[in-house]
Amino acid sequence: MKEEIIIAGFGGQGVLSMGKILAYAALMDNLEVTWMPSYGPEQRGGTANVTVILSDQPISSPVLDTYDTAVILNQQSLDKFESKVKPGGTLIYDSYGIHKAPSRTDINIYRIDAMEATFEMNNAKTYNMIVLGSLLKIKGLVPVESVIKGLKKTLPERHHHLIPINEDAITRGMNLVK
Amino acid sequence: MNEEVKLMKGNEAIAHAAIRYGADGYFGYPITPQSEILETLEAEMPWETTGMVVLQAESEVAAINMVYAGAACGKAVMTSSSSPGVSLKQEGISFIAASELPALIVNVMRGGPGLGTIHPSQADYFQATKGGGHGDYHLIVLAPSSVQEMADFVTLGFDLAFKYRTPAMILADGIVGQMMEKVVLPPARPRRTAEQLAKQCPWAITGKPASRKQNIITSLELDTSVMEENNNRFQRTYRLIEQNEARCEEYMTEDAEYLFVAFGSIARICKKVIEEMRQQGIKVGLLRPITLWPFPVEAVERVSQQVKGMLVVELNAGQMIEDVKLASQCRIPTYHFGRLGGIVPNPQEVADAFIKFFPDSKQ
Repeated sequence: MKEEIIIAGFGGQGVLSMGKILAYAALMDNLEVTWMPSYGPEQRGGTANVTVILSDQPISSPVLDTYDTAVILNQQSLDKFESKVKPGGTLIYDSYGIHKAPSRTDINIYRIDAMEATFEMNNAKTYNMIVLGSLLKIKGLVPVESVIKGLKKTLPERHHHLIPINEDAITRGMNLVK
Repeated sequence: MNEEVKLMKGNEAIAHAAIRYGADGYFGYPITPQSEILETLEAEMPWETTGMVVLQAESEVAAINMVYAGAACGKAVMTSSSSPGVSLKQEGISFIAASELPALIVNVMRGGPGLGTIHPSQADYFQATKGGGHGDYHLIVLAPSSVQEMADFVTLGFDLAFKYRTPAMILADGIVGQMMEKVVLPPARPRRTAEQLAKQCPWAITGKPASRKQNIITSLELDTSVMEENNNRFQRTYRLIEQNEARCEEYMTEDAEYLFVAFGSIARICKKVIEEMRQQGIKVGLLRPITLWPFPVEAVERVSQQVKGMLVVELNAGQMIEDVKLASQCRIPTYHFGRLGGIVPNPQEVADAFIKFFPDSKQ
């Protein structure tokens, strides 16, 4: 098993954190993992992206030109990465703020309304966990239990009361996938 | 022994490894893309556990001179910075080398010259391997390509620095500093006691007892004949290091007809290219220098006799290629591919460059 994933959106949407949570979940599942962020000035307000690779074999390059799965959260990222999804791969995008939908026919495209679901939850910080829920529903990758285990392990005790909200967000994200 | 597998950034791994090594002190000044080293050390507060000093100095120049002073006392001390900051440290590094002191310097390179960008680069290869500061000296230069090696090379760097009484450098780049991977940290060990230090470093400034002559640490010598003898001694040490410490990784070189030569994170990109090219039947391998100085001359010479051509891939305009050509005595076609200023080539670009230089390899 090997999955090469790009998650891309605006800085502040929780793109890097979402990748980190996925990476920790993979660690819980004893997978090999690399997490490579865009750490440039774009991280502070512009576009941000992170490449996460999960594999049961050692991983060579943390830097990629094509991806099995792209999780796209704004138009600039869609413009940049739609063409970089491998044929037969998966593109997941949030419709919010997208004025030009993806048009490729050789990949599996999923539209999720994660931003709307976030408004319903009345907690902007759950956005990336909703998106993560959708990704997990579509791709499997790691069980939700591993995500929760990863959160417990990496969050300081004083934040553990937030885990149920995140679990709820993941479930909502899963339910967004039709 | 704690064998727990952790997930962390390369920069964080360096900080944790330094504490676990039993390092006595870290002196630094923040700069992207390596600030997590200082941040992690401040967060871990080792001064309350191992007694390790962590100090944010007023400048890079101050930090390297604090390292100079700590090293003169036989302490295991280090500093870290990124390219422009490492340039500022060069005078101090030359002084440390000339005073025959152990120290560890970390450079997480970014795009230059000048202040440049904050993105990954390997453009400080010449600076790290050919001197950097003034005078005839060398650093032992270790080039990590994974988060695991970021941790491991702290131990190796300190050990080699003390073994040869010469400063060592970890020459990393923004990719390996910023990426997260699995890592098993080295076992934690206590800092050396004063007795252990005095035994390991009889040359150190530890307070003069009546039983021995005073120790003097200086790089200044007004008698030219003494200074020449000092230089001869440095060179004998360097020859010894060249004989004993050259390290490299060979990947699929056994049946290789072509060879990538790359160091650090770029070697990982080349491995991906090799995986894909091997599927197309192109027999290509990788030689990854782990020590950039001493350069793995023997390995490059040996493999170069077996392959038809070499492509040196670096995040610079062509620096390590000079050492590759020297080692192989320009016996076979040797080309360079690089991106500059902080741009990292993706695997496809590297593959395209290879095919451009070696169109016959496709048959």
